[in-house]
Amino acid sequence: MFAYIVRRLLATIPVMGVVAIFVFSLLYLTPGDPAIIIAGDYATADDIAKIREKLGLDRPFLVRFGEWLWSILRGDLGISIFTNLPVSRLIGQRIEPTVALTVTTLIVAVSLSVPLGVLAAWKAGRWLDRAVMGFSVLGFSVPIFVLAYLLIFGFSIGLEILPVQGYVSIREGFWPFLERLILPSVALGITYMALIARITRASMLEVLSQDYIRTAQAKGLATDKVLIGHALKNAAVPIITVIGIGIALLISGVVVTETVFAIPGIGRLTVDAILRRDYPVIQGVILLFSAAYVLINLAVDISYTFLDPRIRY
Amino acid sequence: MATVPATAPLEAAPSRGMVRDALRRHPTMIIGLLLLAAIVLMAILAPYLGTIDPQAVSPVRRLRQPSETYWFGTDMLGRDVYSRTVYGARVSLVVGLAVAVLSIAVGLFFGLITGYVRLADTILMRVMDGLMSIPPILLAIALMALTKASIENVIAAITIAEVPRVTRLVRSVVLTLREQPFVEAAVASGTRFHLILIRHILPNTVAPLLVQGTYICASAMITEAILSFIGAGTPPNIPSWGNIMAEGRSLFQVAYYVILFPGIFLSITVLAVNLVGDGLRDALDPRLARRM
Repeated sequence: MFAYIVRRLLATIPVMGVVAIFVFSLLYLTPGDPAIIIAGDYATADDIAKIREKLGLDRPFLVRFGEWLWSILRGDLGISIFTNLPVSRLIGQRIEPTVALTVTTLIVAVSLSVPLGVLAAWKAGRWLDRAVMGFSVLGFSVPIFVLAYLLIFGFSIGLEILPVQGYVSIREGFWPFLERLILPSVALGITYMALIARITRASMLEVLSQDYIRTAQAKGLATDKVLIGHALKNAAVPIITVIGIGIALLISGVVVTETVFAIPGIGRLTVDAILRRDYPVIQGVILLFSAAYVLINLAVDISYTFLDPRIRY
Repeated sequence: MATVPATAPLEAAPSRGMVRDALRRHPTMIIGLLLLAAIVLMAILAPYLGTIDPQAVSPVRRLRQPSETYWFGTDMLGRDVYSRTVYGARVSLVVGLAVAVLSIAVGLFFGLITGYVRLADTILMRVMDGLMSIPPILLAIALMALTKASIENVIAAITIAEVPRVTRLVRSVVLTLREQPFVEAAVASGTRFHLILIRHILPNTVAPLLVQGTYICASAMITEAILSFIGAGTPPNIPSWGNIMAEGRSLFQVAYYVILFPGIFLSITVLAVNLVGDGLRDALDPRLARRM
């Protein structure tokens, strides 16, 4: 088991290596001179030369890549072009709201969508199933920011029961903190919920048609025990997989959600960086988010052994 | 020779029946197709639908509420939101279609290579695994930050973000097909490689790619809107649904309609494409349909 975890950890190195090479070489692969594009329309030749020097575009690719990789490995993500502050510090300042938002969304989404999927599979073909499936089609179709504004129009401006925008740290009180995360979490979580509910239903349907489920029912076991103890437990692997893969949806969605709800997190940092074409910041954010995604999915892979004793490494 | 005309209709008949059958069993697909047709027509006929120049600035008439003259109101520069929304359909449809076609073409190319060339497989799939661990919107954002804002670049950026997933799909289809008896028979009878590829492998990738294509189209439309919304997408001089919403962002508490109408149109379009995709999936893959 321990050897397996170590082996899997080592296997993430080439994946992260590809990510690093890719985000770094983009500076060289994109058509045109990135220094001119980053400098903007009103830049002088001097500005462009400064940016070229800051990005190291004046030195050979391999030398520059070596230096960059070495500093990344030491936790130095480079210097922001616009603010001249280290990218790692900028990210550190903004990480709390983003973690709070994604973790809240994750908890809310999983605790709602898995039961919905189970119920839909149990009542397959009935109105409850149709309602859940209809919701899931809508969840895939309404973009996060459209839903976000609909929620603001409805709950904040119309009913006036929730604040419109902003973020309050948990240190300043639990309710003010939670109150401002409700609408963002719903907006951010909708596609994720649709995905999990769909897979849960599909996986449950597969398991519910098995003989041991009929046996369990025949021996007079209560429905909830059959559904949760027998069926859900055996349907868990695909569900956990999609919870892990779906994290990508949350990470992508954070950028938009934080913009709409004015949450000062990493998503907002990214959007500001795009407007200023601050590439080192974008690079740092991508590396961080990709690493988070890879590690979460590694944890998911390892969790299979606990969920399904047949899986042994 | 007499058998040729006899078999041709036989082959055509089940497929026509299959489509009709699928439509009857999936009324939602008809709704999707009708909605999509309406939106495509709207995009094509944009100049004749009571619109004015979507870029015409008119400071005197700025921020008008929706009324008989301005169906969807006017934005902070006095531009007609209705005209902008109708024209905005063009960007979404073009981006959705172009990304779907391009990413499938590129993904098909890489997928066939990885499915057949062992060495390329190990290298390319490592690269694809890496690319797939970058959330697609962030990947597109990085590309857009380094290039000039234009529709072509938006299409290229979203395509690059989608290619790894298509490659994966094609590769898995090719790997399964290679082991099928009919392919083995073709190999054993000495059929040349390119003919096996064209006659036996390619036709079997069509169904899954068609389904995947509609989903890519839907997600590309959303990604384009998100990129434009955060200022990294379609340039501001072309009205797109994401752009219009981005411009309404700072004033959404006063002028809700600048955001609401393009948002509704975007959602309906994506919904239509998804409904068509679900219908196609159910029609082309009955095994999957039963489960999903």
